[in-house]
Amino acid sequence: MTPASTRLDVRKTYKLYVGGAFPRSESGRTYEVTDHKGRFLANASKASRKDARDAVTAARKAFGGWSTRTPYNRGQILYRIAEVLEGRRGQFVEEVGLGEGLTASKAEAAVDTAVDRLVWYAGWADKIAQVVGGANPVSGPYFNFSMPDPTGVVAVVAPQDSSLLGLVSVVAPAIVTGNTTVVVTSYERPLPAITFSEVLATSDVPGGVVNVLTGDAAEVAPWLASHMDVNAIDLAGVEDAALAKDLEETAAENLKRVLRPATATDWAMQPGIERMTAFLETKTVWHPIGI
Amino acid sequence: MASENTSGTHAADARAAFEYAPAPESRAIVDIKSSYGLFVNGEFTAPSEGRSFKTVSPSSEEVLAEVADASAEDVDLAVKAARRAYDKTWSKMPGRERAKYLFRIARIIQERSRELAVLESLDNGKPIRESRDVDVPLVASWFFYYAGWADKLEYAGVGPNPQPLGVAAQVIPWNFPLMMLAWKIAPALATGNTVVLKPAETTPLTALLFAEICQQADLPPGVVNIVTGAGETGRALVAHPDVDKVAFTGSTEVGRLIAKSVAGTDKRVTLELGGKAANIVFDDAPVDQAVEGIVNGIFFNQGHVCCAGSRLLVQESVADEVLHSLKRRMSTLRVGDPLDKNTDIGAINSREQLEKIRELSDIGDAEGAERWSPACDLPANGYWFPPTVFTGVSQAHRIAREEIFGPVLSVLTFRTPTEAVEKANNTPFGLSAGVWTDKGSRILWMADKLRAGVVWANTFNRFDPASPFGGYKESGYGREGGRHGLEAYVR
Repeated sequence: MTPASTRLDVRKTYKLYVGGAFPRSESGRTYEVTDHKGRFLANASKASRKDARDAVTAARKAFGGWSTRTPYNRGQILYRIAEVLEGRRGQFVEEVGLGEGLTASKAEAAVDTAVDRLVWYAGWADKIAQVVGGANPVSGPYFNFSMPDPTGVVAVVAPQDSSLLGLVSVVAPAIVTGNTTVVVTSYERPLPAITFSEVLATSDVPGGVVNVLTGDAAEVAPWLASHMDVNAIDLAGVEDAALAKDLEETAAENLKRVLRPATATDWAMQPGIERMTAFLETKTVWHPIGI
Repeated sequence: MASENTSGTHAADARAAFEYAPAPESRAIVDIKSSYGLFVNGEFTAPSEGRSFKTVSPSSEEVLAEVADASAEDVDLAVKAARRAYDKTWSKMPGRERAKYLFRIARIIQERSRELAVLESLDNGKPIRESRDVDVPLVASWFFYYAGWADKLEYAGVGPNPQPLGVAAQVIPWNFPLMMLAWKIAPALATGNTVVLKPAETTPLTALLFAEICQQADLPPGVVNIVTGAGETGRALVAHPDVDKVAFTGSTEVGRLIAKSVAGTDKRVTLELGGKAANIVFDDAPVDQAVEGIVNGIFFNQGHVCCAGSRLLVQESVADEVLHSLKRRMSTLRVGDPLDKNTDIGAINSREQLEKIRELSDIGDAEGAERWSPACDLPANGYWFPPTVFTGVSQAHRIAREEIFGPVLSVLTFRTPTEAVEKANNTPFGLSAGVWTDKGSRILWMADKLRAGVVWANTFNRFDPASPFGGYKESGYGREGGRHGLEAYVR
């Protein structure tokens, strides 16, 4: 006799998230992802230079539309991400717990904070311009005002340890103001990022606004740092100081805005507005006053 | 800057009527020393290696003075002086006291404004009308503006408890020597930082006069240090390990090197680099006003302006009319003695820069664009280039893509607003842009779409200490001016 109802579970294939679709790596490569005890979890796609370039193309294509959405609309979409993330809370608690080796309550806290952080940033969408921009009292017959404008395509090396909360904490501030992103995930804990991509894909976030590459930042990030159509790079998750220096040097070629590594950051702490202003340009407009 | 008043006069009559007798400003007001040391720790000191270089008047090639060439050792002494001043006095001084020093400096600048203007025109070659009416008044207003911030930083929206960074290394260009000094030093000092500033090697004299002003103001020694020299001195300053902040205005090429050199350090950086601004004229713009704006955009300060409107994008339907009017107006520009109060366009700042302008203009000819300059007599000595316009320029031409940094305008045409935006943004730079149209909604639409840090609508080349200035993309990062300008100097 065989056991009556042992059901074999259906496993998920973890792929990349580029331009709103879930392709495998163009290179055909994968790597084994294990839990914190070394037990096999899944084969993740190992992104290549070509994947990075495709992701930049997708991000650039999405920039015009995303950056000209109304702030109210972007805020609603970020809030929608929070809603959908909350709806899949159990799944994230399990994935984060396995990958980061957290107790259930700590994993729950990380996921809850990630949801709350999205809600917090969602509210910034239609407020940041008033806080950082405004009228400038120039001494002459001119109307003069400054307003923030998104920098463009932002490459992000996500935190290595905090696989969901860290990821959300670097992606949300970049996109809420209208930037589009190419994100290289945590190498050892990439799975929550791909599951988070499924959340993005079902939250009315236009394809290409967030592109997610799993793999080795040391391999992929240099291609993003040297890419002339990338406007900024966030080195949050770069733990190797020599690599961070190389990436910053490479990024200088087209004067990318560089946010230096944030490896000592406690992602559970309430952030300020610096991660938003790091990827905002200030545009100042003058017009004469007269009759 | 030229006014935007319309002129109803017509070409030939106007030129005939406008023959001016020379009206030179006296240079007796300035007392140029035969040689200058470095300004370190409140004193003028001899350079450690005893090297010096000459600074010349670009309008006559006359040697004005010998200036110390600071070595790495001199830079180190200056940084040490700045660090001591930071630790012992400046960072501990209440904001209201720092403010009073800055107000004092602003007042002395106003008192000595004519002297500063004459010296600036002598050393730089810019017309006295500009140094007197634009540069120096803005310098005074910059110090006055930031003085007021020194004791109000907690209200600036740059964090709840803004703190200074430490020692700022500041490297500035030769196009607005004193104005760039003010843009750098005023916000740095207001926020409690101390500075080591390197002026450009071709225009060190007003910075050294500013050092005297610091002495007159009894500014504590070491708060402001001025090291003169060329690229080597600048490199030593930027690379100094005890510098907390690097602020640079200059070429994108050097900006890149600086961004690379600070990689892997904790140094904060702001860069204000090159530009290739589009000045966009629509068919409903008042032609005379637009032409004044085009002239001001590209010929102000001999075109040695990073935000110069060096690409004229004119709507096809009015291109002939605008160009005709522009050429007529260019024929009335007076090129010559910077100290003559009638002069519109002064001397090119250096032989090296003149060569660059000539080279790119020759490339314009070679690539098939059509060059035009009004007939004008250029002085026999000094460095001169006539106001020049190139028509028939395509987006692929190097004169449409590269910064010429001289009185050379490239003209392109467009048909629709969308095409204008595409062409305007088709550049690795993003410092400034101009829009000329009578339609309000179009101004705001254009301002929204243009990827540039400053958009001048129905005006051009306006500056104010309350107005943030700085670029997108390869024009650099960070803003100078206004509340935004404080962010670069606090944590």
